[in-house]
Amino acid sequence: MRKVWDLIGGVHPPENKHQSVQESIGTLPLPEKLVIPLNQHIGAPPKLLVSAGDIVLKGQPLAEPKGMVSVGVHAPTSGQISEISDYPIPHPSGMSARCVTLIPDGKDEWIEHKGTDNFRDKTPEELLDIIRSSGISGLGGAGFASAVKLSTRQPISTLIINATECEPYITADDMLMQERPEAIVEGIKILSYILGEPDEILIGIEDNKPQAYEILESYLEGTNIELVEFSTRYPSGGEKQLIQILTGKEVPNGGLPADIGIVCQNVGTTHAIQRAIVHGEPLFSRVTTVTGKACSTNRNYQTLIGTPISHLLEYNGFDQSQCSRLVMGGPMMGLTLENPEIPVIKTTNCILAPTEDELPTPPPAQPCIRCGMCAEACPASLLPQQLFWYAQSQNYERLEAHNLFDCIECGACSYVCPSNIPLVQYYRASKGEIRKLAAEKVNADRARQRFEFQKARKEKEEAAKAAKREARKKAAEQARAKAANTRTSTEVSPAATGATAKSSAADDIIKAAMARAEAKKASPEEQRAKLERGVVRAESHLETVEQRLQDLDSEATDKQREQAQAAIEDARLRLEDAQSKLKAAPEPKPDKAKEVMAKVQASPKEALEKKIATLKDRINVTEEKIAEAEDDALKAALQKGLEKQQEKLRDAEQQLTEAPAESTTAISETEDAAATAIAKAQAKAAAQASMSDEEKLRANVTSLQTRLKKAQERLIVAEEEGSNHIDALRTGVEKLQAKLNSAETELSELS
Amino acid sequence: MFELIAQHPIPAALVALGGLAIIFGAVLGFAAIKFKVEGDPIVEQIDSLLPQTQCGQCGYPGCRPYAEAIANGDTINKCPPGGQTTINAIADLLDVEAPTLDEEHGEESDTRTVAYIREDECIGCTKCIQACPVDAILGAAKQMHTVIVSECTGCDLCLEPCPVDCIDMLPVEKGLADWKWNLPPSAEEQIKALRPGDIIASDQDSGDQAA
Repeated sequence: MRKVWDLIGGVHPPENKHQSVQESIGTLPLPEKLVIPLNQHIGAPPKLLVSAGDIVLKGQPLAEPKGMVSVGVHAPTSGQISEISDYPIPHPSGMSARCVTLIPDGKDEWIEHKGTDNFRDKTPEELLDIIRSSGISGLGGAGFASAVKLSTRQPISTLIINATECEPYITADDMLMQERPEAIVEGIKILSYILGEPDEILIGIEDNKPQAYEILESYLEGTNIELVEFSTRYPSGGEKQLIQILTGKEVPNGGLPADIGIVCQNVGTTHAIQRAIVHGEPLFSRVTTVTGKACSTNRNYQTLIGTPISHLLEYNGFDQSQCSRLVMGGPMMGLTLENPEIPVIKTTNCILAPTEDELPTPPPAQPCIRCGMCAEACPASLLPQQLFWYAQSQNYERLEAHNLFDCIECGACSYVCPSNIPLVQYYRASKGEIRKLAAEKVNADRARQRFEFQKARKEKEEAAKAAKREARKKAAEQARAKAANTRTSTEVSPAATGATAKSSAADDIIKAAMARAEAKKASPEEQRAKLERGVVRAESHLETVEQRLQDLDSEATDKQREQAQAAIEDARLRLEDAQSKLKAAPEPKPDKAKEVMAKVQASPKEALEKKIATLKDRINVTEEKIAEAEDDALKAALQKGLEKQQEKLRDAEQQLTEAPAESTTAISETEDAAATAIAKAQAKAAAQASMSDEEKLRANVTSLQTRLKKAQERLIVAEEEGSNHIDALRTGVEKLQAKLNSAETELSELS
Repeated sequence: MFELIAQHPIPAALVALGGLAIIFGAVLGFAAIKFKVEGDPIVEQIDSLLPQTQCGQCGYPGCRPYAEAIANGDTINKCPPGGQTTINAIADLLDVEAPTLDEEHGEESDTRTVAYIREDECIGCTKCIQACPVDAILGAAKQMHTVIVSECTGCDLCLEPCPVDCIDMLPVEKGLADWKWNLPPSAEEQIKALRPGDIIASDQDSGDQAA
């Protein structure tokens, strides 16, 4: 007898298995329709192969696996696909998922299929392919793809067949073992062959199935398969728990049984694998227990996948009024079904229709009293109470630190809780939240990565652009520096840079352009000076080029000579150009400043005269404009302007007439005109005061005479110079003449 | 030696302390170079708590700049996509009182949204592509654009530049893969949910009248 370890924790709920083992596995008439969900397993959804309206045969694949962890589905019977649509599936969410609806035609016509007489003729890989294409996933509970589980890379020392079926009410595996032990044993042999003949093969079975034990044992004689019986306690059927019971080894946290050289397969899965390999029959039906007091018959049925649960219940005298709730699976881990139209899937081992007495509605939860019974019951050696507190406060960090993910959700803690706290639901919710947060974190990290990458890329682009700009700037600077260099060197020693006439010509063009540009900026004198320099330079250049030609004459090739000739021509042209430019350039104009100085220095009389002259000019222009103007308003405006101008002219003339008296003297003595004028005026005033009228007049006449003489002199000078003040001077002379005349007549009258 | 120390206790003590100071100074100096921490670790930590939508609703051009701003003393309640959860996490990290979300920067939304381009109306201007902080929009000039849903953070930044307003923010459909169990109602909620006649089950001798 093999040593068996004890299950840690665990509970012992009422088994209630006897009801459904009274009759053999039955078959039900074909239902009106089969609804086959595409995704009945953990992993990626398979790829649909049929479309609505297709006629399919029994065993025909409806969907093939897509990706590694994926499982296909097959038609359980022949018929027509009526629709492919979303349909409620057995899931705690009660949500709908993609399903193929098949209307059976009743013929149950098989697609061509072939089994393998001797599986040892095939390689394990070929067998795995068959398992994969037969749509086999774990029939025990989670529904993990069997082919994936079997194609492990680690060396396997132990194969464990899980025949525990620890959950109350369920007897599907029990009946299977009682009725088809041969097939199961063959299936175990196939698994052993695929796994490379492990050292030990164990079948774990609870002691509440004595019949199955006896029957199976008789078929195991002469094999290396060991049937191990142990005391019944929930949840010994959990994979990790069973491994612990049978081998004493513990699956590491976060690891798989394969990590410690163990593969565990459900007995139902083993049977399905045998069917697939030996008979070529894909997984399209399974044994399902229909039980509970709300059903008059409790029995196991070979049920087609996709059979609506209502169909099963109908044939078992289901009484809706008696039933507290419909459960798929067992009372501990099963899920409540809201809708009896939900189909049977690959993992549906039991349909439980209990009365309120059997499975009462859980009473409201009460506060935790810290009794610690949950910790004693926990088969995973966790601290359910602590997890409960952390789940309530949503402290996910602590939950993970307390190994929440080692919880197998067996429900033992909730079962023993005296306060009826739905502990498992807290753990499930927390697990979901943690997974969601982890997924969000992954997304956030990717977003961050992408954002940072984009930022880096933009910076790089910017840097590249800046570098390009810099390079261009540098190139331009270099070109400028080179140009400047060549110019200075041509000035210093034209021969040095003129070695190749071509390049010097190019440089010359640049130079000429720059000279032009500078010439534009420069003032006329500078321009002129520059042009003169240019002429000189061009001349010297011509000379040097000619000199070079002469030097070349002795030993140069024709080509060189030609180039030199061209260079001379070029230089000559440029010299001519420079000379013409020099001629064209305007004579340096007198400085504006000087003009202003002259104006300032000019006598006020001259300024006035000038003003009068300009005013007259303006009047003329205005008059012309008036003559030209047609518009009355404009004419009026112009007239007004003219009047104003005339007024100004009059003012100016008056000023001018008043001015001559003092200004004539002022003209000759520019330096201290004011001082002399004051002295003269004082002298005059003194003289006049002492003089009689006659004397006064006489003095006046003499002064007038001198003034007239001076004015006449000035007029002569002005006439000689062709100055534009002649008119003004002439009028001044005439006025003086008139004044003199009047003064003389006055004097003659007096005397 | 001992006598010398005993005779001159004060200079001996000073020499000993000075020697220790030099030794520890050297050790600390070496450690400062050897174990130098690159960057600001607190910025990294804050950044890892932010939702990385890069939406700029906080007023900074991305989550990392905001993390840096927080490290420099900015308020932590400017992130609507992260919502109260993020605020609480950052408050926990910085050991400060968790404020409520600053409504000025937007409201927290329960439903995650992603951008969707109505492809018939797209004129292919590439403006949204330039606006997208995570390169989640695919397309070329004068070609139709489309959003890579799995990469879209739902930041809304592509809506504004679109000249033909052909971008919608659609809520992400929740499928079976996203489904998760809810926490059971709390004791208070359960008591509130009780009808007047109901009695807590364990207060009764028989459980048949349980609520």
